[in-house]
Amino acid sequence: MKSEPEMNRISRRNRTTDRFMTGIFYAVAGFILLLLLAFVGYTLYNGFAGFTPDMLSFTAEGVGNQLFNTVYLVILALLISVPAGILAGIYLSEYAQDTKMTRFIRICVETLSSLPSIVIGLFGYLVFILMTHARWNLLAGALAVSILCLPLITITTVDAFRALPAEYKEGSLALGATHWESIVHMLLPACIPRIMTGVILAAGRGFGEAAALLYTAGMSTDLNWSNWNLTSPTCPLNPMRPGETLALQIWASRTESIAANSTQIANLCSAILILMVLGFSILARALSRHLDKKATGTAQ
Amino acid sequence: MNLQTKIAVRPDGSQTPVHQDLPFQQDQEAKIQTAYGKLSGKEKIKIGMQNLDLYYGDFQALKGINMEIPENRVTAFIGPSGCGKSTCLKTLNRMNDLVENCRITGKVTIDGEDIYAPRTDVTLLRKRAGMVFQKANPFPMSIYDNVTYGPKIHGVKNKAKLDEIVETSLQAAALWDEVKDRLKKSALSLSGGQQQRLCIARTLAVKPDILLMDEPTSALDPISTLKIEDLMGDLRKEYTVIIVTHNMQQAARIADNTAFFLLGQLVEYTNTTDMFNNPADERTERYITGRFG
Repeated sequence: MKSEPEMNRISRRNRTTDRFMTGIFYAVAGFILLLLLAFVGYTLYNGFAGFTPDMLSFTAEGVGNQLFNTVYLVILALLISVPAGILAGIYLSEYAQDTKMTRFIRICVETLSSLPSIVIGLFGYLVFILMTHARWNLLAGALAVSILCLPLITITTVDAFRALPAEYKEGSLALGATHWESIVHMLLPACIPRIMTGVILAAGRGFGEAAALLYTAGMSTDLNWSNWNLTSPTCPLNPMRPGETLALQIWASRTESIAANSTQIANLCSAILILMVLGFSILARALSRHLDKKATGTAQ
Repeated sequence: MNLQTKIAVRPDGSQTPVHQDLPFQQDQEAKIQTAYGKLSGKEKIKIGMQNLDLYYGDFQALKGINMEIPENRVTAFIGPSGCGKSTCLKTLNRMNDLVENCRITGKVTIDGEDIYAPRTDVTLLRKRAGMVFQKANPFPMSIYDNVTYGPKIHGVKNKAKLDEIVETSLQAAALWDEVKDRLKKSALSLSGGQQQRLCIARTLAVKPDILLMDEPTSALDPISTLKIEDLMGDLRKEYTVIIVTHNMQQAARIADNTAFFLLGQLVEYTNTTDMFNNPADERTERYITGRFG
């Protein structure tokens, strides 16, 4: 037993350290927040300074078409990657035995998610454009982006299933449900909020992707908003037409555009992209909360 | 020795004279003569085990179990940790199938049918032999959906029918009055004791004939324990109840017959009165008087 003055000194020292470390954490968090605010603020300010409505028009002068292409491409990419990613995640977490092979598959999936996107872009060019003898098209772009999205969704699905208590599955099986029924009716609904995080990450990746689209979705866009013939290359909803996205537009405006307001256009695109990712996140979270509430009842 | 006076302490701490305020009157009349002892119960045997051996890999968890469990009675499995009582319970709805390297020899029958026969439909077996776990495991959904989960899996779609199942099951589990106004609320918002009764209701909703309970009250407070014990008195009228418990007083309070397991063997199996008053085996006596285990 130490003497009382010494105990007091130790206690005081511990409290000082505690206060000091708390201060450091606040400072770091504040710095990051400040950086984020400055960055977003600067982008938004520059984007909307000197903004004229015709910059948003759905013509060659505005970026409306690019905005539409971006949303359309992300939706296509998610339509491909979400079902595939969830099924792959269910396989890895629920059916695959824990062997060297499945651990290897998991490492491959994780590696895929950190693959440089230009590599995916060139791969997509080779497979989806050259091998199919197609022109640049949105579907090829969506396929390339889904290669990037797939691992994010797979990994979050696996983690979501692994995080569920084993008692859930036991309880379901003990009621006479089969493994598949347990997955569809209980385990998967319980995983939705976490899987949604993966979907948001994947969509964010899709919104901002440029390199993977360079040689797949193409750099041009020519839409006729009164043409709804799905086979026509100027029909907005035709996935087999080229479609430049906002991220590509930024790149093009800053590198090869000769238009007088190209800098302004690039700034505007950046601002729109940020708002879009933010909007999508909020929407997805709200949807996830709604589904969760519906599934679990309103309390908690 | 006479344990009757000792077992009259109810789990909430109140003292009650034996057989006056107990959850239900145990069936004192032993009618079925078995190799082990006289069992309480009518003639009908619900479950049989013959020379049942169970191995986890190289470890033998159950050694030559022979048992006959009568219908509409509460049978308690007691014994120290790791004695095989839970394992034995799980052979009855084949939850041991989920354990890797688990191997079974011998025979287990329900209503005379071998449940380990190759053509057995395991999902139907689990519907017939419902299970309540040690840790209450309500699903992360509403109270209503928890109860209808099983019936829906087994093909009930009619809304009115489902509503009726919810009400009768919750009433049978003595939970209806507490939750009838918040059926759409999350099951996870219930207290531990309510969650466990919800799990019982969920099991009853698929209309089993057998209720397997694996230490259902070990994580609960005394009041909740009492409620569930009370419940078992009613349940045995319609179901064959088997409860694993490490609490001997609980076995004495609620079980008609008691089986004592030790190191994977069935040491003694007879009606509860005989078991606690005149144990035949010295190991049983030492265990129930608290000298080991």
